[in-house]
Amino acid sequence: MAKNLTPVWNKIAKHAMLPETTHDERARYNFLSNLNKHLAHVAQGNKTAYENRVEPNFKKEHNRSIETKEELQNAISSDSHYQIWSSLRRSTMEMRQQAGRSIVLRQAEELRDKAEKLNKGKSTLVLNPDVKVPEYLMAVDNHIMPGSYHTELIQGDVTPAANYDSGIFVTTAGTIGRYSDGGGKAITTWVRQNYPDFKPKRILDIGCGMGHNVLPIAKAFPDAEIIAIDTGAPMLRYGHARAVDLGYNNVTFMQMDAAKTIFEDESFDWIQSTMFFHETGGKSIYKIMNEVHRLLKPGGLTLHIEQPQYTDDMSLFEKFMRDWDALNNSEPYWSKMHDIDPAELMESSGFRREDFMQIGAKAENDLIEGGNDENEPEDYGRAPIWNVFGAVKN
Amino acid sequence: MEEKLDYIKLASNKSKGKRPYFHDDPAVERVLNITMALAGELAVARERMDSIERLLEKKNIVTREEIENFVPETPEQEEQRQTWHSEYISRVLRIVQQEMEEMENPDKSLEEIANDINEM
Ligand SMILES: C[S@@+](CC[C@H](N)C(=O)[O-])C[C@H]1O[C@@H](n2cnc3c(N)ncnc32)[C@H](O)[C@@H]1O
Repeated sequence: MAKNLTPVWNKIAKHAMLPETTHDERARYNFLSNLNKHLAHVAQGNKTAYENRVEPNFKKEHNRSIETKEELQNAISSDSHYQIWSSLRRSTMEMRQQAGRSIVLRQAEELRDKAEKLNKGKSTLVLNPDVKVPEYLMAVDNHIMPGSYHTELIQGDVTPAANYDSGIFVTTAGTIGRYSDGGGKAITTWVRQNYPDFKPKRILDIGCGMGHNVLPIAKAFPDAEIIAIDTGAPMLRYGHARAVDLGYNNVTFMQMDAAKTIFEDESFDWIQSTMFFHETGGKSIYKIMNEVHRLLKPGGLTLHIEQPQYTDDMSLFEKFMRDWDALNNSEPYWSKMHDIDPAELMESSGFRREDFMQIGAKAENDLIEGGNDENEPEDYGRAPIWNVFGAVKN
Repeated sequence: MEEKLDYIKLASNKSKGKRPYFHDDPAVERVLNITMALAGELAVARERMDSIERLLEKKNIVTREEIENFVPETPEQEEQRQTWHSEYISRVLRIVQQEMEEMENPDKSLEEIANDINEM
């Protein structure tokens, strides 16, 4: 389609846990995914503004180029295009949260009851109220989602996950598929292509959230025992109920801190995380990677899907733009994480440098309209293009 | 029965951390946010009208005049209409609510939180 429109919201995959939506609520989501796509184009003006006036003005004043991120931040902050784009983007993200929360909070009890019905008597959901939410998650509401992943407004609440599930389709404008599982599908395909003989018996997904990206792995390896852990009970209740309704029975959802799990040494063949580490903290990231190393069997595989890595040939401007979400969409660890070299992170946990690997991944999408046209500008922080790092443990 | 959530107010809550403002005058930001919410609601109304017009066209059961003269016919209808307005206004004036929440509960900056988190 020449206009490269976003898919209408009702193309989202249906399942028993998906919140009920009214006509207006769906329309509101349609408006927002169009607005998101539109703003990716408005963002292109930032480069023009930077090259045509921000940088030249700085040079005139200082007789040299902009050298640091702080200088760039200062200089661009007073540019009117950067201001309007930033405020529109922030506003769109807030509206997305407002739209999602107004859908799920009005039916909080109903959603809770639906989850309870699907989860009842199942040994594949293991909650543990003694698990503490890590302090870095208590310190901020990541991607300005009020209450984050753990807050329970009613007993047995699942609304944080219901909000996440219904809204991620809007934020990504449908580019990661009807089940929002484009990342999980991509990693599954990559593993099958590159390790055709790999027959994992036990797989761990850390920071599984509502589990959408672990399900493609569960589908590809139906005989494997899959354990998905998270500290947020609402995510687990909803994720488990969603998986049950979608017909999965080989995934156990457990409430557990990835930095201190209860599993035995060398008990997993594959440990996966998706969009997880950039929402941890500067010390926890090491503790969690140590735990990954401890839990992995010799010869086992670990992979972590993350935001694109900074490269040396990336301009200061691009790095700055890629970091916009850190302070403006409340992803504070996103930019701090760039100070850590993933290879060193893994090496410090006991992996061998020569076993480190890094690959690029692009979402697999089952929607025709969701395909990102080659000519579409990359929406930093939203694009279905990721960096995957990991290692085989030897 | 547990008490029902005040979902209208809760839906417009702010998130943790001081909200970034991008314009020189925060008033511009505020007005812009209200305007964008209105833009969204206009799009929503437009989509609904589109559905209605298409259905009317398809079934040919309601005339334009009937729509023009319609007023709520039962107390429930009245309440539904007023609830809609209440939700609508809370949605459009989200930023004002959030600024009040910030005033009542001054927050750390994301920079401070990032530094805190880096020590966690
Ligand atoms: C951005 S979400 C990612 C969800 C999912 N993996 C996906 O593919 O989108 C991050 C999740 O990690 C969880 N989390 C953060 N720190 C954790 C920890 N130490 N242990 C377990 N879960 C954690 C959060 O509760 C949240 O659900």
